[in-house]
Amino acid sequence: MAETKKEQTTTHKIGIYLWIWGLLFVLSFFSYMVDWLQFQGLLRWTLILTFMFLKAGLIMMFFMHLFWERYTLVNVLLWPMTAIACFVGLMVAEGKYTVFTRLYYFVLGS
Amino acid sequence: MDHAALEKLPKGWKSIPKDLNSDQTAFKGVNWGKAMMWIFLLSDTFIFSCFLISYMKGRASVVDQWPNPSQVFALEVGGVPVPLLLIAIMTFVLITSSGTMALAVKYGYERNKKMCGWLIVATALGGLTFVGMQAFEWSKLIHEGVRPWENPFGAKQFGSFFFMITGFHGTHVSIGVIFLFIFARKTLRGDFDRGDRGFFTSMKSDYVAIEILGLYWHFVDLVWVFIFAFFYLW
Repeated sequence: MAETKKEQTTTHKIGIYLWIWGLLFVLSFFSYMVDWLQFQGLLRWTLILTFMFLKAGLIMMFFMHLFWERYTLVNVLLWPMTAIACFVGLMVAEGKYTVFTRLYYFVLGS
Repeated sequence: MDHAALEKLPKGWKSIPKDLNSDQTAFKGVNWGKAMMWIFLLSDTFIFSCFLISYMKGRASVVDQWPNPSQVFALEVGGVPVPLLLIAIMTFVLITSSGTMALAVKYGYERNKKMCGWLIVATALGGLTFVGMQAFEWSKLIHEGVRPWENPFGAKQFGSFFFMITGFHGTHVSIGVIFLFIFARKTLRGDFDRGDRGFFTSMKSDYVAIEILGLYWHFVDLVWVFIFAFFYLW
């Protein structure tokens, strides 16, 4: 009895996994194509980030089962990511400042 | 907590304060090992984020030209350089192994010992292939003169970020491969059918161990998604 109950909660139809697997292949192929076709500039970055987040989302939601987990676990895992996003934002600003000072003092100032 | 009891609990956003204030386990219906693996993966996310952010900051603030990864990681096929070929193959190998692992978890919960075990073996072989190709890539770049402190293509920082980030990821893959082989043996031997006690614990083992192992393996794939995007494609 316990086993049949367990199956209901934890196994999913094989079709879901095969679909996600296929989608991951297609998305990886697309992101490789971004480099192959030599897209540059804003288009390149947008496409790279879009395919990256789609792939990461699919892996986390279905392969790592987060789609079926309770909200508490999902939120405990995903909210700390906002701290990382803040850190990224801070370091973008810092990087711009560093390259500015380097260019100003080393290249222009010498 | 069994399925029927879980069904009775509140769902959605309201469930968060209820679960966290229940004076019991916060993660209801989640095996303790699985919760600990998730917390470990969260901390690992922070480590990899620190590496990737320092790479971003380093690359954004160098005055020299950053080496073009499309050319640096090109592979000659019949005398024609194909950009990022090896990296693309590595990506596909890792995704394939991630898929076999997801199926192994599914068959594990269905108590299908044979399918589960052999799919884990397939996953481990995929991981081994990946590490092998990474070793090839490292030796190729070292042969071309890339060092943590210099390289012939441009900004000096390129080498240290490359070896640090891919090396740390490769270590994760290698550790994963070792554990995959150990758990393939355990599965095929029937440990999880009988609930044999493990090496480090006196608790009964269960197929949930395969899901925990799967979480780690999918995480390794997840990190590669980010490395592929930021280091190789950007």
